[in-house]
Amino acid sequence: MSSQDAQSLSPAAVPIRLTINGTERRLQVEPWTTLLDLLREQEGLTGSKKGCDHGQCGACTVLIDGKRANSCLVLAVVKDGAEITTIEGLGQPGNLHPMQEAFIEHDAFQCGYCTPGQICSAVALVQEGRAHTREEIREYMSGNICRCGAYTNIVDAIEDVLGQSSTLREAAE
Amino acid sequence: MDETVIQDRGISATFSRVPHSEPPHDGAIKGGVARSVKHDSAPRHVAGEAIYTDDIPELPGTLHLHLAMSAHAHAAILSMDLDAVRQAAGVVRVLTLDDIPGKNDYSPFFGDDPIFPEGLVQYVGQCLFAVAAESREAAFQAALLAKIEYAPLPAVLTVDEALAADLDLLPRHEMRLGDAAAAIDAAPHRLANTLHMGGQDHFYLEGQIAYAIPGEGDDMFVYSSTQHPSEVQHNVAKALGIADHSVTVEVRRMGGGFGGKESQPALMANVAALAARLTGRPAKLRLDRDDDMVMTGKRHDFRIDYAVGFDGDGRILGAEFDQAARCGYSADLSGGITDRAMFHADNAYDLQAARVTSRRMKTHTVSNTAFRGFGGPQGLLATERMMDEIAFGLGLDPFDVRRANYYPAEGGKVTPYHMEVTDSVILEMMDELAESSDYRARRRAIRAFNATSPILKKGIGVTPLKFGISFTTTHLNQAGALVHVYKDGSVHLNHGGTEMGQGLFIKVAQVVAEEFQIDLDRVKITATTTAKVPNTSATAASSGTDLNGMAAKNAAGAIKQRLIAFAAAKYSVPEEQVVFLPNRVRVGNEEIAFPDLVQEAYLNQVSLSAAGFYATPGIHYDRETASGRPFFYFAYGAAISEVVIDTLTGENRLVRADILHDVGRSLNPAIDLGQIEGGFIQGLGWLTTEELWWDKSGRLRTHAPSTYKIPTANDRPDDLRIELWDKGYNKVDSIYRSKAVGEPPLMLAISAFSALTDAVAAAGGYRVFPHLDAPATPERILMAVEDVKTRVRALES
Repeated sequence: MSSQDAQSLSPAAVPIRLTINGTERRLQVEPWTTLLDLLREQEGLTGSKKGCDHGQCGACTVLIDGKRANSCLVLAVVKDGAEITTIEGLGQPGNLHPMQEAFIEHDAFQCGYCTPGQICSAVALVQEGRAHTREEIREYMSGNICRCGAYTNIVDAIEDVLGQSSTLREAAE
Repeated sequence: MDETVIQDRGISATFSRVPHSEPPHDGAIKGGVARSVKHDSAPRHVAGEAIYTDDIPELPGTLHLHLAMSAHAHAAILSMDLDAVRQAAGVVRVLTLDDIPGKNDYSPFFGDDPIFPEGLVQYVGQCLFAVAAESREAAFQAALLAKIEYAPLPAVLTVDEALAADLDLLPRHEMRLGDAAAAIDAAPHRLANTLHMGGQDHFYLEGQIAYAIPGEGDDMFVYSSTQHPSEVQHNVAKALGIADHSVTVEVRRMGGGFGGKESQPALMANVAALAARLTGRPAKLRLDRDDDMVMTGKRHDFRIDYAVGFDGDGRILGAEFDQAARCGYSADLSGGITDRAMFHADNAYDLQAARVTSRRMKTHTVSNTAFRGFGGPQGLLATERMMDEIAFGLGLDPFDVRRANYYPAEGGKVTPYHMEVTDSVILEMMDELAESSDYRARRRAIRAFNATSPILKKGIGVTPLKFGISFTTTHLNQAGALVHVYKDGSVHLNHGGTEMGQGLFIKVAQVVAEEFQIDLDRVKITATTTAKVPNTSATAASSGTDLNGMAAKNAAGAIKQRLIAFAAAKYSVPEEQVVFLPNRVRVGNEEIAFPDLVQEAYLNQVSLSAAGFYATPGIHYDRETASGRPFFYFAYGAAISEVVIDTLTGENRLVRADILHDVGRSLNPAIDLGQIEGGFIQGLGWLTTEELWWDKSGRLRTHAPSTYKIPTANDRPDDLRIELWDKGYNKVDSIYRSKAVGEPPLMLAISAFSALTDAVAAAGGYRVFPHLDAPATPERILMAVEDVKTRVRALES
């Protein structure tokens, strides 16, 4: 993360407002700054990773207004007013999101570098309500590369949470 | 025990008995060896709190670096005009050859990897100069302003071109067992063929990165994402012209390594340290992903020619392998890698007579480097292809042909490098796996399916695996650890191994917890640093746990022995009556909580810190005679894969894989299973989808995940059954009789490659044996299918 502050920004910087992990932030952002760089370098939220910087590995996945997105492909300025949730906002040790708990329970990582992106993607996947089988989980999670190859455990973790949430939905209906 | 009491000299002098700080309990410790303990970083990984090098808060004034890259594969550099670069906005310093106070080299040994070129570039992407600027973007933009004048020279790009040009990078090597040529000549059946196999990019999710912070005087502190902190330390010192003791290299964790962070990180660390030295400011160099893929070394691609003689049962009577590897422009680790390819030409088979030759070819491409398996997978792949071809020629089941050739469990047979194989369990494992996976019936069912399926064809493949464990450069088989026990009984653990996701840290912590018989959460795992454990080897060769686990056990054991001696003297009991029980120690008839005994020992001036050391015993290799015992032991594995291909498109899918793997007595079954599955998937990528493609001018055109296809969740087989072999036991005295697991499982994916070959053969009605090189991309499968059909038509007409 960088110590870049408002003074070092060019005159092209424009004001935007984002709600990041529940906190409203008024920010000066250069138009070419990606959401990922904003999060990592200006906001100090280093949980989202820069893997390929091309939107092809998924390590930078965050939730924008509840939908998953590769934050390296999103210019921050175009998301003025949006609500951003990063891995840090999903939960912290002692108060983890069920998906984070499930990833621990199923050993769904090795080096951990893809993990924040996997979890953000998985949380959105459950909310999207499209995946019902392991095959569908694998298909809809194929935008998040895990080079260590922990896919079985990742899918196990997601299936676990998906099972819980559909049980809950059935109970509610 | 109250801290103030400990600090009070008057009381400590009269101190006689420590009360139990907690009641003793009888249960086993939490998290000793042989348990599926969670990865130590698990809670931090899922919360995004695990700190990687790029996440470390930057110090004020941190500079960012960009490396400019050669546009030519082989060229003299006539001039470099960098004036515009220096004058560009945000640029603080441009670094070139003239700025290096020490040696212009970042190689691991041979002195042939210049940091900045001395008038000659030898691959597209070679580092030309570096720009240090206030931001990464400014450094990148400025570098584009350079005016470089090249005089292009002829470039040799592939193994075949290098063979044609007789361009050897390193001396050839040969292993001989008996007279292979005579054995092949006299054999009732013979065959010979050639296999080309591609390389592989590591694609560690965390790219190469170094962050250097200048200290007082000569001191330099470098955070480096490296598997080899000691080598980075030495390289930084060498480039800066200072002593190793002035440089400290630290790494807490890597976002993947896979061999790509063994020798490669030295370039990034050297340039970052150089910038820090010249400017007095902290300097960070993080490679952009595309630059990383273009600039850094990869798995070696090979051409292997084989010839074999065998009898009617497929029993091999003699075999010859001529291996040639694309090493790239410099030596790097190619000697050891190509040696290991030779060491694995026999895989699990008693070849009876063998000749293995190796040529290490120079090309004007990036210098290839370590990658999980270190040449072993390439050596094995050709041998497995040969086994399939023998079976095809005789019309036998490939399983049975392999079975006729295994090293026997009772020993007595030697490898082509004259090491007796005394621990072979491969026959038993393969038989078990064939049974549990219902291999015979499935093979029949596949044949029946293919007989009635004109477009889709199925195939099945089997791969036994024997993999030698130890660095084949004997002196590297050493490790150190540092263990402190603090006054409250908590333990600080440090060792020379690095954590890249493989679970090394938790395994070694389990060993220390077991040794002291304390709960795992009493052991703190700390970042690897050259300041605590010196002169370490790379965390490589699957040896991390074997070596560092033993060193840590020795360190903990030394402290434990001091505690035993102290307790025995203090309480006047024989030493054998001091017994470490879970979280407590029985001294004679009394039990003392571990922290209390520690406090007592401290008050009685017993040292509670120890450095541990371990060197693998009894291994050696003599290059002159190409013989010795380079490996401490062998790890074994067994895999059976089933695939389906579309003969109109080459599309393919691994539908089922069964794996049985030998990890000895597992230190941590959950971690080991993860390594097996991950290794298998990575091997699958190497052999099916990951294609490195250079154009005719030597430019890598598959330099991002858009064009270089790494397995996704969807590429995992639909049905994947992995078991640790429950009879696994290491016959040599390894750490708690476990076996190394990092690299071997990658080679189990060869079963999928065999299965694809079988499916292609089915497309020709099993009339001709396919020509299928690796990786078996859909394109290559389609070409192989077309070739098979053409040859069958030729037979018929």
